Amino acid sequence: MSELKAGSNLERVLQEGHFAVTAELGPPKSADVEIIKTKAAHLKGNVDAVNITDNQTAIVRMSSIGAGVLAMQEGLEPVIQITCRDRNRIAIQSDVLGAYALGLKNILCLTGDHQVFGNHSTSKNVFDMDSIQLIQTLKDMRDKKVFICGDEIKNSKKAPVVEPRIFIGGAANPFGDPFEFRVIRLAKKVNAGVDFIQTQCIYDMERFEKWMEQVRKRGLHKKVKILAGLTPLKSEGMARYMRDSVAGLTVPDYYLERLSKVEDKAAEGIKICVEQIKRLQEIEGVAGIHLMAIEWERRVPEIVEAAGLLPRP
Amino acid sequence: MVKGFKNLLILGCGSCVTVCMTGGEKEVGILASTLRLANKKKGVSMEIIEDTIERQCDREFFDDVKDKIEQADAVLSMACGVGVQFCSEIFSGKIVLPALNTKFYGATEEQGVWTERCAGCGDCVLDKFGGVCPIARCSKSLLNGPCGGSQDGKCEVDPENIDCGWQIIYDRLKSLGLLSRLEENEPVKDWSSGRDGGPGKIVREDMLL
Repeated sequence: MSELKAGSNLERVLQEGHFAVTAELGPPKSADVEIIKTKAAHLKGNVDAVNITDNQTAIVRMSSIGAGVLAMQEGLEPVIQITCRDRNRIAIQSDVLGAYALGLKNILCLTGDHQVFGNHSTSKNVFDMDSIQLIQTLKDMRDKKVFICGDEIKNSKKAPVVEPRIFIGGAANPFGDPFEFRVIRLAKKVNAGVDFIQTQCIYDMERFEKWMEQVRKRGLHKKVKILAGLTPLKSEGMARYMRDSVAGLTVPDYYLERLSKVEDKAAEGIKICVEQIKRLQEIEGVAGIHLMAIEWERRVPEIVEAAGLLPRP
Repeated sequence: MVKGFKNLLILGCGSCVTVCMTGGEKEVGILASTLRLANKKKGVSMEIIEDTIERQCDREFFDDVKDKIEQADAVLSMACGVGVQFCSEIFSGKIVLPALNTKFYGATEEQGVWTERCAGCGDCVLDKFGGVCPIARCSKSLLNGPCGGSQDGKCEVDPENIDCGWQIIYDRLKSLGLLSRLEENEPVKDWSSGRDGGPGKIVREDMLL
């Protein structure tokens, strides 16, 4: 077995060949620590790592690094999300040093939702780099031990090099357009040095399998660990919203039909999710799942259990 | 903005703003008439003078309207933001006001439709992307391909009005048989040649008098 790059739990689980389970924890829209504690309690012991989102959909929340440290104190291993929307290369590299110094070992590199969708739509965006360049930056910081400018990561000429050793994540959206470009994007992320991928939430399994076929054709599944994204449907309304209002997402009608026919929509949504997990486990090149139970962290344990993925390694 | 002035000169510009029908001779006439009507209705007395010069971004053309500017209390310039500032620079003792909100520098896509094409970054990348600029035409200025918000050729930021720049790049390179170009990782960009390097200045030594 080769040496670990960052030594995170997620890296270990994936390298040992286990089917990984990650979840998501959205930081509060306030400085309320209790919310993190409550959400963390649901997830602890049921997942390998937890993504801490970075002002998702451009709504101001507690910072991902701050919330990530709090989640770590609750016994979770965080995956810090960093978007390129709000910070330039100076701020991001600085935050990576800070995050690593605080004990955070996984970072997910994202371009970031446009600010027009959030609660500060009149703000200025940054986008100094994109997600692929951010992956390359973390890779160079870890392996070449240099900043983007080429300077070595040390405090002075005589000081030791102390580089942030991060397990580097990226996202993939198999459902955006142009479809044929989606796998090229993944290939570029692999070239840049990504270690693991978490996909956009999947409802259209056929299209996802078609994408995975292209991934395997390029041999990318052997170079990067791919975690399939899932968001359990809580209600028909949510399913309709996902279908109609989220760009790059398709929700097949048969899921909507199933939800419409039952009394307990939430239970049916979870049943669908568990079925999806079983199917994903059969797909060559899928190394795990990423459960994005939006404001529904409390239902994660039963999903993981019903899918037969407990106890975690 | 023009409240309280007794003598107002509305000054049009004969170049870009004339072409895009926002600040040429015709628009000066319309704005002047509208303002006169509004003033009359409100019982405001204001002398409004109209004129249009060839360009407001070149010093020499202001010579023709020098006297009119001197006599006015204020100039309401219908040029782009460049013209407004240049007019105010040349006539430093004069109040110069903007009549337009300058949004971008673009092309006439069709009669009555203008779209942005160039962000003036000072380090042209059009050779790499099939002649379509990802900096000006992608809402996030992405250099390595479309984000997840590209759907049916449209940008999620405003699907009715914004085409996904990356869909256009993809289609163009595909039709040129050059898709393989998009497989190359584009490194972080040097933004210092554009606005991030401070206000731009170009000096051509050979042209100086």
